[in-house]
Amino acid sequence: MTDLVRVDGVSRIFPGVHGGAPTQALNPVDLTIAENDFITLLGPSGCGKSTLLRIVAGLDRPTTGRVLVGGAPVTGPGPDRGVVFQAYTLFPWLTVARNIAFGLREKGLPRKQQDEIVAEYVAKVGLRGFENHYPKMLSGGMQQRTAIARALANDPKILLLDEPFGALDTQTRALMQELLLSIWEAERKTVLFVTHDIDEAVFLANRVIVMSARPGRIIEDRPIALPHPRHYTVKTTPEFQEHRAALTEAVRRQAMIAAGMAA
Amino acid sequence: MPVPLAPVGAARRIALGILCFIAFVALWGAATWGGLVKPLFLAGPDATLSAGVELFVRFGFAWDILVTMFRVFGGFLLAALLAVPLGILMGTFKGIEAFFEPFVSFCRYLPASAFIPLLILWAGVGETQKLLVIFIGSVFQLIIMVAVITGSIRMELVEAARTLGAKTRGVVFRVMIPNAAPQIFEALRLVLGWAWTYVIVAELIGSSAGIGHMIIDAQRFLDTGQMIFGIFVIGTIGLVTDQLFKRLNRALFPWSLGR
Repeated sequence: MTDLVRVDGVSRIFPGVHGGAPTQALNPVDLTIAENDFITLLGPSGCGKSTLLRIVAGLDRPTTGRVLVGGAPVTGPGPDRGVVFQAYTLFPWLTVARNIAFGLREKGLPRKQQDEIVAEYVAKVGLRGFENHYPKMLSGGMQQRTAIARALANDPKILLLDEPFGALDTQTRALMQELLLSIWEAERKTVLFVTHDIDEAVFLANRVIVMSARPGRIIEDRPIALPHPRHYTVKTTPEFQEHRAALTEAVRRQAMIAAGMAA
Repeated sequence: MPVPLAPVGAARRIALGILCFIAFVALWGAATWGGLVKPLFLAGPDATLSAGVELFVRFGFAWDILVTMFRVFGGFLLAALLAVPLGILMGTFKGIEAFFEPFVSFCRYLPASAFIPLLILWAGVGETQKLLVIFIGSVFQLIIMVAVITGSIRMELVEAARTLGAKTRGVVFRVMIPNAAPQIFEALRLVLGWAWTYVIVAELIGSSAGIGHMIIDAQRFLDTGQMIFGIFVIGTIGLVTDQLFKRLNRALFPWSLGR
């Protein structure tokens, strides 16, 4: 396996607002992501995990260090790194189909080819029959499925997801995890997934990276060797529970530090 | 007790709207026919209506209306042609905004009517001067409104577009402009309403045709019926264009309904 993404000593300091002290959001972080990895980045809120993802996406600049994707340094956002955000980011004036085609349109693909690829991904995320709906007519889960299809249709080298299911109810969320996992099992895309949900992190990943309270740094890199295809019943197995217990302990300690409750 | 924000059915909504007009005419009739106000100062509804008929039949008022509408829409269109692209540029590029914004804000507070004497000096009392009054009255307001609308896009939408491979051109033409379009349309509707006030002011001075000119003429003969009728005609045209704009907005941007 080859390294697809290399994060080299990346840190981020946000300048102080109105003469306040600057905030160290991220301590220098090193991380390599191999091709076909499904990595979940787990940590308490405000630990800088989203900041790290945004830096890999090219939406934010590191204060020190650099990110290499396929050996080339990241200087800005690009279609080789697809992003799914927590907030709904579908274009409200475009239908589901045209939203999914957005990146293909920007690439200048002929319309016929766009339509073929769109049909393929509409089927993959189970949105047949909704191609001509506008986003406001869709539920939250359907909107995020469209957003995932939109990112995947662009055929990125890596898919970056920033708490994409954070606004969904528990049941929808579980179904979305299974859907994402089945897509990954079929396509073997490289994925970096930010979450603060431990079950979600273990269920999806082959590697869980735990980050400390702010300023964030990596405190644990835990391989998850649960077999594929992973069925939701895996959540009741002893191995799953073991991962879960260990990670709960680690995250809880950090959450207490973040909340100012640590001894 | 009525419940706050409880919806009202379509039929009832229209009926209530018409009822207000009827109540207005009734009050007006009571004041004039009941002798509370002398006809010299305020003509009754019947006198106003017959003055209106006379205006159309004997004085060719239809032409005045056409002239005024040409001025309003002409001046407004010129303003929109400059303001919409410039506003979009300002809303998109912060450097352009920094350059224009203070100056345009300054100009926004210059009353268009104060320019009339200057404009007569520069452009005479012809159509150019009338169009310029409307233009000056609308363009600066519109620039600022379009800039604010364009710039208030959710940052996530722009970021999503960039991660999908959109460059500056794609972000502007396929994200920022479609995102702002319904609200820009709404701003145009508002500013068109203001343009109507400027046109009458422009026509009160040095004009040989138009609704404003008719009102000034009627003043000479103390014909309050004609004056009031002229004012009502403006209101009616305003109401109709407003409705047309609203319907066009709904037809053009179905995706933005109920946002």
